[in-house]
Amino acid sequence: MTKPSLKVENLHVSIEDKEILKGFGIEVKGGEIHAIMGPNGTGKSTLASALMGHPKYEVTEGQATFNGEDLFEMEVDERARAGLFLAMQYPSEISGVTNADFIRSAINADREEGDEISLMKFIRKMDDKMATLEMDDSFQHRYLNEGFSGGEKKRNEILQLLMLEPKIAILDEIDSGLDIDALKVVAKGINEMRSENFGCLIITHYQRLLNYIKPDFVHVMMQGRIVKSGGPELAERLEAEGYDWVKEELGIEDETVGQD
Amino acid sequence: MTAETKFPVDQNDVTSFSKDRQEPQWLTDLRVSSLDKLEALELPKPDKTNITKWNFTAFQIDPQAQAEGKLDGLTDAMKSFVGKEDSIDALIAQKNGVTTFQKLPDAFEKEGVVFTDIQTAVKEHSDLVQKYFMKDAVSPDENRLTALHAALFHGGTFIYVPKNVEVNIPLQAIYVQEGQIGLFNHVLIVAEANSAVTYIENYVSDGKPQQTVANIIAEVYAADGATVNFGAVDNLAAEVTTYVNRRGYISGQDAKIYWALGQMNDGNTVSENTTYLVGEGSIADTKTVSIGRGKQVQNFTTNIVHYGKHSDGQILKHGVMREEASSIFNGISKIEHGATKANGEQTERVLMLSEKARGDANPILLIDEDDVTAGHAASVGKIDPIQMFYLMSRGISRREAERLIIHGFLAPVVNELPIESVKEQLIQVIERKVY
Repeated sequence: MTKPSLKVENLHVSIEDKEILKGFGIEVKGGEIHAIMGPNGTGKSTLASALMGHPKYEVTEGQATFNGEDLFEMEVDERARAGLFLAMQYPSEISGVTNADFIRSAINADREEGDEISLMKFIRKMDDKMATLEMDDSFQHRYLNEGFSGGEKKRNEILQLLMLEPKIAILDEIDSGLDIDALKVVAKGINEMRSENFGCLIITHYQRLLNYIKPDFVHVMMQGRIVKSGGPELAERLEAEGYDWVKEELGIEDETVGQD
Repeated sequence: MTAETKFPVDQNDVTSFSKDRQEPQWLTDLRVSSLDKLEALELPKPDKTNITKWNFTAFQIDPQAQAEGKLDGLTDAMKSFVGKEDSIDALIAQKNGVTTFQKLPDAFEKEGVVFTDIQTAVKEHSDLVQKYFMKDAVSPDENRLTALHAALFHGGTFIYVPKNVEVNIPLQAIYVQEGQIGLFNHVLIVAEANSAVTYIENYVSDGKPQQTVANIIAEVYAADGATVNFGAVDNLAAEVTTYVNRRGYISGQDAKIYWALGQMNDGNTVSENTTYLVGEGSIADTKTVSIGRGKQVQNFTTNIVHYGKHSDGQILKHGVMREEASSIFNGISKIEHGATKANGEQTERVLMLSEKARGDANPILLIDEDDVTAGHAASVGKIDPIQMFYLMSRGISRREAERLIIHGFLAPVVNELPIESVKEQLIQVIERKVY
């Protein structure tokens, strides 16, 4: 089995005719954990949404391939079935659809008719993953994200990740709004996925999550592209010294892309 | 307008139709007088939908049809709704107004419970039927369609539950429409003091659909402390223009009617569901779900009229509009002067799935008494592209994502339906109508 790979080159993305990403490039392979760090307003979440195919974002230039296939030629659901996963910063609430029904539909979406996951197998797996994430059983039967707290939504995103077992996952600020205990639980879930067949792109502006999920690569994003890359030690220096030294080193005055 | 009312029936036809069936004189007279009034009456005027061009007279009648046909069992279309014959407790099945199957528990006779087709009822329980038939809940001269109904109705059922009798099995009826024969169905339910009954009806088209009309009236009368559960799944074909008027008249103190209506017709439909809360502390609870598709035009009016003190009326309607369907959802809570401490609440929600679908929610509170509580909520919206993105980002196809959102949107009503079998039927019909 070849290692999964997500390769992004010279990516330009606009929202409502305003360019946010300006020549972004990265390659994430199975077995690798990449962290993208950067202050607010530098285009991090735009990257995550655009790669998944969010309807508001328009790719104007550049390419992305997923296991060699042109990502931008694929519909959102095709990207997911190919093995791409986005843990969202603000997941939608969907009334009337229970968490369990939703996750089962998602698992079966990637299976042929007649080969659907058996109910017993599904329940066992769900119980198991919910235990890992220390989620109460009631979350199975609650409507999808409806009335969930911020932290509960984040856990629910990771639950979906564990249930769907994607090849490459993008975690968009999965740590925001989590207390330290919840952070540890979420990290435990992601670490459980670590293997040669799983790659991960963690978007964050705090280093603290990286204490629990050790990244292989750390990238700093400013002005809609990666301006600096390094190993885990880069994250530690950013935590200790902030971003100003990076700006100084690169002669950047305003790191943002003028976005809110 | 005269051209529109020129349907193939005159006084002689109605009289001989009535006589052939050995109907009591009061009914023959009622039919003839209703036919006479017809032309002077106007069509009903559902708020925000113009039905003046709708053809309510494009149907045929079958003067030879006998009320008691051969009991030749259930057709496949019927079975898909009510299940197999041996799994049924109490059922009357009719095709074009003629009973084709009937199953009743023996206990009914001893308890005095009547569940029979309307034609048998007018002969065997003439006085009882006459006492209620199109009296307080609905009157023949209310509009042109109620008059037409009184003149021509030929199918339907009669339910009578004596004082203190609780019928613990659901009474089911399935009414099949086929060909060009107009479906003129009348359901009359009388629940005496402290009785309880659950009635479930299905309207289904069978065979090759042809242009015709359904003109349906149901009346429910509830005396002191009575409880009536009324469930319906309407599923008539696109070719059928439907007028359906379901009325409740709660004369009794603390009596209750629970309506659970799945309004899934594929043709143009005017539906009115009105409950009069006359008794002190009486309760009406109405839950409606509908899905529109194709080019159908529909108007759903739910109306609760409060006369009784401490009366409580609840209206909950959810509708999904697909393709080029358009629907108006009117909710009316009317609290009359003197109905102190009455409470009227309503919610109407409409979800539109396509650019060309139209839906409107129209909550109306008409309050002539100070000491009451009332509230309403209404929303009309398109399917949320961000929700679709979220579902699809987990690998779910667009079609399946829409299906989940529709089920989710209707779930708050469907899950609350008080009758389990109606809930199950509805889920099946929703599934069929969604894709």
